[in-house]
Amino acid sequence: MKKEDLPQEPGALSRLTRELCYVKNEDGKYETALSKGWDIKKEALDSAWVEVNDRVEEARKAVANGEKSPVYYFMELNLMDLVVLSGYTGFFSFFIKRHFKPSVFKTLSDKKLEKYAQVFDISVSELKNFKG
Amino acid sequence: MNIDTKTEEFHHVHAAHCENGVTTALLRHHGLDFMTEPLAFGMGSGLFYIQIPFLTINNGPAISFRTMPGAIFKRTCKALGVEVTRNKFSDPAKAQLFLDKKIKEGDPVGCQVGVFHLTYFPKEYRFHFNAHNLIVYGQEDNRYLISDPIMEEVTTLSSEELSRVRFAQGPLAPKGHIYFPEKVGVITDDLIRKGIVKGIKRNVRDMISIPGNFAGVNGIRYTSNNIRKWRDKLGLKKAGLYLGQIVRMQEEIGTGGGGFRFLYGAFLEEAAAYLQDDRLIGLSEEFTKSGDMWRASAIQMAGVYKGRLTEQQSFDEIADRLLEIRSVEKEAFLKLSKLNLGK
Repeated sequence: MKKEDLPQEPGALSRLTRELCYVKNEDGKYETALSKGWDIKKEALDSAWVEVNDRVEEARKAVANGEKSPVYYFMELNLMDLVVLSGYTGFFSFFIKRHFKPSVFKTLSDKKLEKYAQVFDISVSELKNFKG
Repeated sequence: MNIDTKTEEFHHVHAAHCENGVTTALLRHHGLDFMTEPLAFGMGSGLFYIQIPFLTINNGPAISFRTMPGAIFKRTCKALGVEVTRNKFSDPAKAQLFLDKKIKEGDPVGCQVGVFHLTYFPKEYRFHFNAHNLIVYGQEDNRYLISDPIMEEVTTLSSEELSRVRFAQGPLAPKGHIYFPEKVGVITDDLIRKGIVKGIKRNVRDMISIPGNFAGVNGIRYTSNNIRKWRDKLGLKKAGLYLGQIVRMQEEIGTGGGGFRFLYGAFLEEAAAYLQDDRLIGLSEEFTKSGDMWRASAIQMAGVYKGRLTEQQSFDEIADRLLEIRSVEKEAFLKLSKLNLGK
């Protein structure tokens, strides 16, 4: 990429820093230059967030309809999947899947709820009382 | 506890990619003034391509445009005979004690962290990605001084914040991973030249001869074949998201991007000077061409995730372009392998 072609299209990161890029100068040699961002990247990131928000909204509806427990919703809200949530809580994925069931969720001990609440950065009562 | 020390004369390095930047800054701090980001990247054989079959990350295909995390630092140090210490911890308190001790001794250290809880990052960038690297180089007013290579300026984190990112969970969990050069010997120009040649040879091997069909230059063909099927198999929306993920992996900070093909071109330009071999300049051009082609393919892919391109024909065009990229990179590495460098 030639230095003059380096895009300067502000994205989320441009509030914070510019990105260092390797570009060709007039003499055909590599040098570094700073970029504010590139629309192509910005749109890729934006579409990933549209997807995240869709998933969170679907999870919210599932809780409201009594299909899924709040654990499922907060997992999606925190961009986690079973592997990540299992890592943070120490629970096996198999058990977490069970905790997604509203009927099983109701029977969870305070100790387990506390663990989830901590990972999701909320209080136990917020977790317990989330109705979607 | 406030240690209130700062490593004398630590110089922040702003880099295109975090691990290159950490490697460059730590080695320069230990007196290796010649070290540059392209040199660290090339000696560490950083260029790669892999799409791991049957694995998804953040609900998209698992693709990497670079070698595995940690390898660049490890290989570059080894090539230069720099002894390295690395530690992982199960107990965050012990991890912090060790870190504090190193800082007190005036030694900046590299840390592997997860970006999800990295408070100075914009929220939009905070996915569960655990192979980010930064340098901790001191403590002031109860906050750790942080040199994050992707940032123009240095920043700070509280001890709770730092502990949280060092003990992020999920794939590639850092487990408090800390690393730093322990002992640096005499580094001659000959050693640098040998390191460059070794780095190039290993990169040729990784890209051309790696077994299987999903890594190295053949990995690009593997993805190309995938893309042809995505529209029918996944539907337009999901296929668009998958293409978006490729672009983010290729270009974005935080996921490991940074125009690696241009970086490799810059490395070969530097290598040409060290080895006094102008043939490498010509090959540098090939990687510049590949980098430009990757960017052009990103623009095409954007057409899909922006919803402008919806036909199978567009997917086929993107797939074809990836095959062109594969042949450019394959040719370039084959030419590199025939140079008989260092003989």
